[in-house]
Amino acid sequence: MAKIESAFFDIGYMDTLAAQDTFIHRLDPRAKLVTTLVFVVTVVSFDRYAISAFIPFFIYPIVLIAGSNLPLPFLLKKLLLVAPFALLVGIFNPFFDREIILKLGALGISGGWVSFFSIMIRFVLSVGAALILIATTGFNAVCLALDRMGTPRVFTIQLLFMYRYLYVLVEEALRMARARALRSLNGEGMGLKVFSFLVGNLLLRTLDRAQRIHLAMFCRGFDGEIRLVRPIRFSVLDFAYVAGWTVFFILLRLINFPQFLGKWITGLIS
Amino acid sequence: MSHHIVIVQDLKYAYPDGTKALHGISFRLAHGESLAIVGENGAGKSTLLLHLNGYLTPNQGSIQIGDYPMTKKTLKFIRRSVGMVFQDPDDQLFMPTVYDDVAFGPMNLGLVPEDVDARVMQALNTVDTSHLKNRPPYKLSGGEKRSVAIASVLSMSPDILVMDEPTSNLDPKARRKLIELLKSFEHTKIIATHDLDMVLDVCDRTLVIHEGQVTADGPTMEVFQDVALLEQSHLEQPLRIQGCPVCCSAA
Repeated sequence: MAKIESAFFDIGYMDTLAAQDTFIHRLDPRAKLVTTLVFVVTVVSFDRYAISAFIPFFIYPIVLIAGSNLPLPFLLKKLLLVAPFALLVGIFNPFFDREIILKLGALGISGGWVSFFSIMIRFVLSVGAALILIATTGFNAVCLALDRMGTPRVFTIQLLFMYRYLYVLVEEALRMARARALRSLNGEGMGLKVFSFLVGNLLLRTLDRAQRIHLAMFCRGFDGEIRLVRPIRFSVLDFAYVAGWTVFFILLRLINFPQFLGKWITGLIS
Repeated sequence: MSHHIVIVQDLKYAYPDGTKALHGISFRLAHGESLAIVGENGAGKSTLLLHLNGYLTPNQGSIQIGDYPMTKKTLKFIRRSVGMVFQDPDDQLFMPTVYDDVAFGPMNLGLVPEDVDARVMQALNTVDTSHLKNRPPYKLSGGEKRSVAIASVLSMSPDILVMDEPTSNLDPKARRKLIELLKSFEHTKIIATHDLDMVLDVCDRTLVIHEGQVTADGPTMEVFQDVALLEQSHLEQPLRIQGCPVCCSAA
């Protein structure tokens, strides 16, 4: 119970982090969004046995975390929270792909394990980058960036509303769960049946609230279109930020630096 | 629009499920008057308020706001001149930041960005919350939320303010601040509430509703002297009018 609550309030903490004032925070949200997208696409585009090529990609999150003053343990905890999804995606690879493709001394490693680790590294990099984007930009600004870049309004407005009412909804759900917990002794009444009533009730309340919000919007002249005022400027610096990282990522994609370095060093030795 | 009058005539309304909420309500409000609507839970106060901005359409009877009778065509003008503050500020503050929310109305009026900004800042200054403008609404306290909800309506410069339970869930100091704020407004005001002490401070006229009908309409002080009427409408005299328990027992 207390766990759900604290996990939830962590979401609000992302906003606190995003309210900081560093060079990275000050960049145009669009610049950060595009850079993150390029990063994720590049990382995902590697072939399935790639592992060593990912190492230099960690430079990006490290630079951002250091530059924007983000607490690493907090981000790692968030990563761990979503990790089961990635685990589930990759966990069957070792069973299906048993061909040995790598030998570490006497130990043979099958292609399945290599691709499993590859998936996990991709997961850490891409989800980490998304988390860093939100923690340096703020959810609302990310939506604004999406909007300015031509994402359909309906979609961005949905995201904004979801984020706004997530707090209200979760608080409501927590109150109901607390009320139930306080009146169910010996685990009586904590079963699935009561839970389904709770969820149904929450849905009805949500519908009611949606109606009231709609009414509030109408009262203030809502005509089907939501207008946002928020001047954002894309400066030369923003452009340089996007261009710099993009060139860096593409370079890393084309040349496997760890392999290159390894060859170079073995070349020196022999 | 020099006459910010409100005329409600023989208003009858039943909800689609058949619940009869209003059985013929009539009153007339002159420019600058402030009217309290009081009555028991379920008396029809909220239903009446929902008619004043055209959200509900009466089954029978008519409503006139300013120079416009309420029809589908005039709805746009009426919503512009009637500012409605809801009971739960979370319903009213739906935009990502305080600024966006207060700007929502003026943007819909089609104002240019500079004018929108001027209106937003003026409204926020009026309720003394300009320092909150970049905060998301869910991070505000109850009192701050209420103030911002009022600002979000003020920014549309309405002629008539309609409020549902403005003092509910506020701590005494926030409540006092709100009362002072409401007193400073020159708008025509319609306030539905159970806080009769606030009514004493803010409204010079009171309308008592009981089971969808008007049972009293007159100067606040007069209405609140009629103990039998209040009793019948599930109300009590405001605490300030009731005898003080310490002094009375001493006497």
